[in-house]
Amino acid sequence: MAEIIRGNTGDWEMVIGLEVHAQAITESKLFSGAATAFGAAPNTQVSLVDAAMPGMLPVLNMKSVEQAVRTGLGLNSKINLYSVFERKNYFYPDLPQGYQISQYLHPIVGEGEIEIDLPNGEVKKVGITRLHLEQDAGKSIHDQHPTKSYVDLNRSGNTLMEIVSEPDLRDGIEVGAYLTKLRMILRYLGTCDGNMDEGSMRADVNISVRKVGETEYGTRCEIKNVNSIKAAQAAIDYESRRQIELLEDGGSVDQETRLWDPAQNVTRSMRSKEDAHDYRYFPDPDLLPLELEQGYVDDIKKTLPELPDEKKHRFMDSYGLGAYDASVLISSRSRADYFETVANDRDAKLAANWVINELLGILNKDGKTIEESPITSENLGKLVGLIEDNTISGRIAKDVFAEMYESGADPEKIVEEKGLKQVTDTGAIEAIIDKVIADNQDKVEQYKSGKDKLFGFFVGQVMKESQGKANPQMVNELLKKKLS
Amino acid sequence: MTDLTALSVSEALAGMKNKEFSAVELTQAHLDAMDKARHLNAYIVETPEIALKQAAESDKRYAAGTELPLDGIPTGIKDLFCTEGVQTTAGSKILEGFIPTYESTVTSKLFADGAVMLGKTNLDEFAMGSSNTTSYYGNVVNPWKANDSDADLVPGGSSGGSAAAVAANIAMLTTGTDTGGSIRQPAAFCGVAGIRPTYGRCSRWGVVAFASSLDQAGAFGRSVEDCAHMLKSMSGYDPKDSTSAKLEVPDFPALIDQGVKGLKVGIPKEYRLDETPAEINAMWEQGIEWLRSEGAEIVDISLPHTKYALPAYYIIAPAEASSNLARYDGVRYGLRVDGQDLQETYRKTRAEGFGDEVKRRIMVGAYVLSAGYYDAYYLQAQKVRRLIQDDFKKAYEQVDVILTPATPSSAFAIGENEDDPIKMYLNDVFTVTVNMAGLPGMSVPAGLDSRGLPLGLQVIGRPFDEASILRTCRFLERASAFKAKPQFLMNKAA
Repeated sequence: MAEIIRGNTGDWEMVIGLEVHAQAITESKLFSGAATAFGAAPNTQVSLVDAAMPGMLPVLNMKSVEQAVRTGLGLNSKINLYSVFERKNYFYPDLPQGYQISQYLHPIVGEGEIEIDLPNGEVKKVGITRLHLEQDAGKSIHDQHPTKSYVDLNRSGNTLMEIVSEPDLRDGIEVGAYLTKLRMILRYLGTCDGNMDEGSMRADVNISVRKVGETEYGTRCEIKNVNSIKAAQAAIDYESRRQIELLEDGGSVDQETRLWDPAQNVTRSMRSKEDAHDYRYFPDPDLLPLELEQGYVDDIKKTLPELPDEKKHRFMDSYGLGAYDASVLISSRSRADYFETVANDRDAKLAANWVINELLGILNKDGKTIEESPITSENLGKLVGLIEDNTISGRIAKDVFAEMYESGADPEKIVEEKGLKQVTDTGAIEAIIDKVIADNQDKVEQYKSGKDKLFGFFVGQVMKESQGKANPQMVNELLKKKLS
Repeated sequence: MTDLTALSVSEALAGMKNKEFSAVELTQAHLDAMDKARHLNAYIVETPEIALKQAAESDKRYAAGTELPLDGIPTGIKDLFCTEGVQTTAGSKILEGFIPTYESTVTSKLFADGAVMLGKTNLDEFAMGSSNTTSYYGNVVNPWKANDSDADLVPGGSSGGSAAAVAANIAMLTTGTDTGGSIRQPAAFCGVAGIRPTYGRCSRWGVVAFASSLDQAGAFGRSVEDCAHMLKSMSGYDPKDSTSAKLEVPDFPALIDQGVKGLKVGIPKEYRLDETPAEINAMWEQGIEWLRSEGAEIVDISLPHTKYALPAYYIIAPAEASSNLARYDGVRYGLRVDGQDLQETYRKTRAEGFGDEVKRRIMVGAYVLSAGYYDAYYLQAQKVRRLIQDDFKKAYEQVDVILTPATPSSAFAIGENEDDPIKMYLNDVFTVTVNMAGLPGMSVPAGLDSRGLPLGLQVIGRPFDEASILRTCRFLERASAFKAKPQFLMNKAA
């Protein structure tokens, strides 16, 4: 259930839609040949077109188009074979042309839908309104000089995919789940790296509130400068309460653009509807309408990878995993691939357990991703195999795992070299048991006179005596026999 | 000795090939003539060092027998084409001192074919005007004078410097651009030939943009054949211009002498305007008669939406211009007038940098694109544009080319028509339809009016059929036997 906010006059719900700007992964910019890599020295990745020199003309990068189509298909959305680039006109120093080339009335991708996974296990469908291509602006830098601002045009002209959702989200948790899933899909597709801290994925949040049961939308505000999922959730928390307070005090919400201030944890008015720019959109006469063939779209479709939701369902169906484990494992393609190697022809649940609880646990602790794991998926698979065929016990496996994490070594070698193979020889185990019984006659008496709890003590002693190598099940069985 | 500046392109090419004179001599003759023609103000910047260097290279190629199609031909470049290392102003103060680090595609092609650059020719600011009086670098004086007045006349615009330079023999060829008639109208006013090819024939890359969907580069020459030579060198597909046409360039000079026998020539009734002077209509009738007597088939046609072309043009062109000129903000290049803050810097830079006509069009353009007016103006104008295109499409089912007057008057005095922008805009009435439909059109001198001033006829063709236009104009040029010279040259000779 979505969050309900209890106000003084009744229960309120939030209505939220997101505009996500995702920078498409391309070698060069949307309309120029300049490079797009992040982190280059200021103004070193700027072509004559990006700097809007007189007489320069944009030429559409077909890689950007391919990425947009790919993303559209991944969002289960309609691909528009006819789309138009328009100019959005406004003045700003980091916008050299004095207009941004964008798509307005005819975007390249139309309506679609994705599933988001909520923490309580619920799955919710969220509508995609559209995806359109547009140029990124440059960056204004205000903190380098007391009275001057600097402009870095490296980003100017990069390919952005603006992905607009329907107002289907109802609270911060859903927003988080939506952004997580969207980022996952983009990364699976290889169309955006999804790095919010580098600005390659940015979100504007449109939010309004209404009384529970109401079907009309309230007046919304757009919140900009939301640079992480946490920030989005904090901004929503603040803004929803601000709007409710206004309404409950008999006031009204002004339709406006607000800026999230992460230092103060508040939103501030940026410009009202009255001050809103008149962008004077019109079709860019330097570019012909973009007309695609269905065959082109079909060819891209053939190259799509298995997407997160499909993968999740397959993991549940063919490996018998629960929804939670499956969703943890599919959260990145490399994680899922890792798991599939570990589980290859082995006990999949055991494999999932080792990947999620042991490996991801320690990687998280060390701040590492699965790509940085010192243990290869093949070696973790071998370890699972050793447990599965009773070569080692789960307890010994943990020691082997720790050593693998240190040295990256092959578990079979570790077990071999250190002689960690499980003892399954009945005679050997019986000999140990006999010794333990002989050494602890007093405890045997106590046990026999009813102190059942001491059974654990004997198991412990036997395991200790065998240096952990005795098969625990066999120890249990044989001990019971000997003590009876 | 022959006056080297008066030669045709063919004569000059033959003279250099036969070693009658060198490219350097030919260029020097033009540079000397430019010295004596400064009062015409046809050039904003002269580039004698570049010209002589290029000419010396041409001479080397002639000596080696590896000469190029336009090798050594002295050429003026409209100052709307960006030229590497040479100031490019678009006639505006806002670009004063701007030196591009790149060469436009059209000029690159011309230089690759051996053309020699004499300098950058004057123009109306950002190519907005029909009189060349909006240039920040002063107006151009038409080399022609009326026989009843000593008043200086306008050369037409916006390519006024280019037309005047060719007319005054201070360039053999010049480039122009034509957004609403900016080649054909000054060609008519200066008694020279000027062709605007089909939209997409020449690359717009490196040409300062006025109205992107209408702008097209073209050529001026003293004859149709000269224009054909230049057009061939300028044209061709350019991957850097998304609106450039992926088509082979015909060998234009080889196609001009096919005659007009059997050619179907359309005469649009809508071009007979009440306010057109009788002399203009008489000139038109004369043109029709020449064609008819040569065996062309004259067909009366209708282009019903013609009267809407001019108002629609003056919505679309300013709309695009208002956006194209947004980049002149004082941030990266050109003029910057510092203010207290960013907004004031923008305001002061643009207020000082742009002239009145440019400001007028930016404001009109911003207005017609603004919320609430877009549908009524811009969208409506685009619909009109489509209707105009359809008119021509239908007409070309019946005819091969269309003949009209080039302008509604001969050259007027500097300062005339300045009181009312609409009056100035009416100069484009016969030419803008071509731009609206993206068609090729050419103006060729056909006679003099009673005041001794040249009048032009316009031939309009099917898309990418410049060849039929050239061939028709070549015939009209011969039929009219236009030999008159501007007073400037006659005075010089005397």
